[in-house]
Amino acid sequence: MDDLLQEFLAETTESLAVLDVELVRFERETSDAAILSNIFRLMHTIKGTCGFLGLPRLGAVAHAGENILGKFRDRELDVTPRAVTLILKAIDQIRSLLAEMEVTGAEPTGSDDSLIGEINALAGEEPAAAEPVFADHIVPNLSEGGFPVAAELLAEVAEALSQESISQSVPAILPEPPPAPVADPAPAPAPEPVPATATREAETKESATAASSIRVNVDVIENLMTLISELVLTRNQLLQMQRGQKDNEFKVPLQRLSHITSDLQDGVTRMRMQPIGNAWNKLPRIVRDLTVATGKKIELTMQGAETELDRQVLEMIKDPLTHMVRNSADHGIEDGARRLAVGKPETGTIALNAYHESGHIFIRIADDGRGLDLERIRHKAVANGLTTEAAIATMSEQQILQFIFRPGFSTAEKVTSVSGRGVGMDVVRTNIERIGGTIELSSVAGRGTTFLIKIPLTLAIVSALIVEAAQQRFAIPQLNVVELVGVSDRSEARIETINTSPVLRLRDRLLPLVSLRSVLGLPPGGASNDRFVIVAQVGAQTFGIIVDRVFDTEEIVVKPVAPILRGTRFYVGNTILGDGSVIMILDPNGLSGAAGQIGATDAQAGQGEAGLSDGQSGEQTSFLLFRTGGGELKAIPLELVSRIESLDAASIENVGGRHVVQYRQHLVPLVPFCPAHHWKESGKQETLVFSDNGRSMGLVVDEVVDIVRDRMAIELSSARPGLLGSAIISGKAVDVVDVGHFLTQAFTDWFEITAMRKLTRQALLVDDSPFFRNLVAPLLASANWKVTVAADGLEALRLRDHGHQFDVIISDIEMPNMDGLALAGAIRSDPRWSQVPLIALSSRAGEDDVQAGHKAGFDEYVAKSDQAHLQESLTRAVRQASARNQAHYELRRAS
Amino acid sequence: MNADIPVSQTSRSEDDADAFVTFTVAGQLFGVPVTRVQDILIPDDIAPVPGGPPEVRGLINLRGRIVTVIDMRTHLSLPKADTGKSGMCVTVESHGESYTLFVDSVGDVVTLPRNLREGNPATLDQVWRNMANAVYRTDQGLLVALHVDRLLAIETEA
Repeated sequence: MDDLLQEFLAETTESLAVLDVELVRFERETSDAAILSNIFRLMHTIKGTCGFLGLPRLGAVAHAGENILGKFRDRELDVTPRAVTLILKAIDQIRSLLAEMEVTGAEPTGSDDSLIGEINALAGEEPAAAEPVFADHIVPNLSEGGFPVAAELLAEVAEALSQESISQSVPAILPEPPPAPVADPAPAPAPEPVPATATREAETKESATAASSIRVNVDVIENLMTLISELVLTRNQLLQMQRGQKDNEFKVPLQRLSHITSDLQDGVTRMRMQPIGNAWNKLPRIVRDLTVATGKKIELTMQGAETELDRQVLEMIKDPLTHMVRNSADHGIEDGARRLAVGKPETGTIALNAYHESGHIFIRIADDGRGLDLERIRHKAVANGLTTEAAIATMSEQQILQFIFRPGFSTAEKVTSVSGRGVGMDVVRTNIERIGGTIELSSVAGRGTTFLIKIPLTLAIVSALIVEAAQQRFAIPQLNVVELVGVSDRSEARIETINTSPVLRLRDRLLPLVSLRSVLGLPPGGASNDRFVIVAQVGAQTFGIIVDRVFDTEEIVVKPVAPILRGTRFYVGNTILGDGSVIMILDPNGLSGAAGQIGATDAQAGQGEAGLSDGQSGEQTSFLLFRTGGGELKAIPLELVSRIESLDAASIENVGGRHVVQYRQHLVPLVPFCPAHHWKESGKQETLVFSDNGRSMGLVVDEVVDIVRDRMAIELSSARPGLLGSAIISGKAVDVVDVGHFLTQAFTDWFEITAMRKLTRQALLVDDSPFFRNLVAPLLASANWKVTVAADGLEALRLRDHGHQFDVIISDIEMPNMDGLALAGAIRSDPRWSQVPLIALSSRAGEDDVQAGHKAGFDEYVAKSDQAHLQESLTRAVRQASARNQAHYELRRAS
Repeated sequence: MNADIPVSQTSRSEDDADAFVTFTVAGQLFGVPVTRVQDILIPDDIAPVPGGPPEVRGLINLRGRIVTVIDMRTHLSLPKADTGKSGMCVTVESHGESYTLFVDSVGDVVTLPRNLREGNPATLDQVWRNMANAVYRTDQGLLVALHVDRLLAIETEA
């Protein structure tokens, strides 16, 4: 094929993609002349090039399209959905012609007369008098003046004008402005200099972007990548040879070569990355077509379009995404009337959100439609023979929802032109799983459906920390690393062991540790105790990884491990470092499983029903297991324990019938777990120390057994004082200890002073920004709150539906799906959470906002802006809100 | 002109003979079909994979690709080599993934007529019988022809 034609095809395909997006935008913002002029320009270019290349058929279609656009521009035709549909049709026709040309190399024969006729008929119509879509009352005036002005200029002028008080200023400015910058550039016209320069700048910027990118065949890049790898190897050999030599004249040039090679490798690696927005640009058009076809009102919001993905991954998820958005628009969102009837806004929302988190790329597709119809799925699954009545009766909601991923399953009542052909979610899931991703879904009847696609960071570039254990280097994704702690015998931070489990005291917390050497089965460390602890976070779980050395961070391209290694759960992938060496990338998730030893298997078994595990998968808690007074193992959540002391029995004194021990010039009361405890005269006495507000008490136990991780699920509650109940932790039945009981034994006024009824207070943090969630959650956690997070109001209410209880709810105001004000209303209007103190945390903290917040039901309103005082104001707000609610409660009880 | 140059040309017709790359592991002669071999190399830097399956000796960087090194002694349940003893690698491809077989030494490319071929002896160890395709009687002794895909179908469930 002709090079020129090839170039034309590639360019026009790109233009068409832009046209799609822009037209949909334009339909919504019909007064935005800048968009229109861009659309017009693109269409005009296509037409012009067709003429130049001698492609009459294409040219005719483009010309017809341009005609209508011209009439839009000249205000001769109103922008109606029908007109836009026709232009989109023309674009589709051009696209299909292009597709044929790509195969045959020549313009296909045939005629588009019917389409062109339709378009021309519309274009020929008299400007419709009825219902003008243009609300703008200035622009028509300007064009009636008859000046040959570029549309961009018009837009600028209109914008400038509309910023003033419109009706008054228009007559004054009208005679002066628009033509000057174009017609006569010499005298700078006084009233309108800003729009003129702005326009020129915009134009130069635009052409600059056009010139700064070129199309490159992917094979070329792949080939380049291979060559560069060879270059790296050769460079390494040279460096190796140089190392054995004395300084000579090669040294400096070789270093330069080395640097350049690294940069080159980096650059080519980056060439393969593309923003996920590239896979999204078709979606607005699809949703728009659907809204026209179905008469629904749907708004598509997209966040995180700049999140970068490997080109191959991008290709793989493009179709699944399209399909899912289509599903949401077609089946998920109800029509306007029905939405209004159930009290939802008429316009439905489909929110796309992409982000990097804990070593994965997450893509969330959420709609606020009717949710999946559980009953229908149940029915369909049985009817299609996927399961039996008996089996489905025992299934959880999550398990039933999973049926939509089965081949041949479609719940659409009628097959529409857009979806519901039964080839759907199973293909989506297959495609996603092929690149090692997972898809989860949650659905609440009447509130909407959320899909969460998790793509492993394989192929994506991440920043990783390079560490060493037993002379071997490993990479840890930086995303999972919270902090680094250097430990040695001399430093304050020391690794201690409980039974055989290593722990680290970190700011009055005990951090469970895993040694990389022992987890990976490497030989144990030598004499030196100077090591590093990498504090890693997986979900809500924090733990430390002991390594020998820490090098620096490197940007790496994660490659999936060979199939033979996929059963090894410690690695997410492997990569080649800048020096050419191969290095394994650790999976903190797998390591944390190893930290809990037994906890990991439970976690895997529970995954099927865990629902959305986005960022909150760590429902697991670390427990300290101990034995005392015979009977079952006892368990205490590790985070409540501030220290474990092995006291010298001789140092324990008996004062007034109470046992105490002197500790840092204070008397610490000791309470035995069982009242009949036999106090030893000598030897060691194991004691768990609890501290709060500067006061400490010791719980005397017989033996500390282990630290394990598991989820907190009390199966049987207990009538015995001092025990909350029984639970299965890591496969063993244990008694979970009610720490509060013993605290009050030590200090009867413990809780009055600290003003809390339980030691772990539950807070719910609702915020759509992962940044703020990550900022606020630790603040709360450090103030002894156990924090659960939700990304929006709907998610929060879902927790309510699942029976969760909280001592305080802190919510952002502006969130997708359901904002904070709506959430507050929903919370206050339902008895389940109506007593919970409610705190607003928002960046909008004007007088009006605060009032609106209080009116909606918030007890306190905290501004996000003040980072330094955030903790203080939060603490105060929490205290005030709790106190007020308590007072209300008592008042009501008294009356 | 990038076309691959055939590795070995013999007077015999292709139909009644097979070409193998030969190598030895613990004194035993093995062969893999020459058409499956991508590369022969002496590895200088094998990155181990702690926690991985025992057959996996590690990973190497083969011109920018990460290739898994399979320790043939472990895989064939043969005694471990003396430590520090170097070996050679035969890179093969299976189901789109590259693996390289770590062996004691690599021999010649040989073309063996079909009439020297015999089925696996019935007494052959179960592990070997699964990986071996046939046995050839050669001048250097018996050559065990390996089946590349079965050889690399290693159970990965941890």
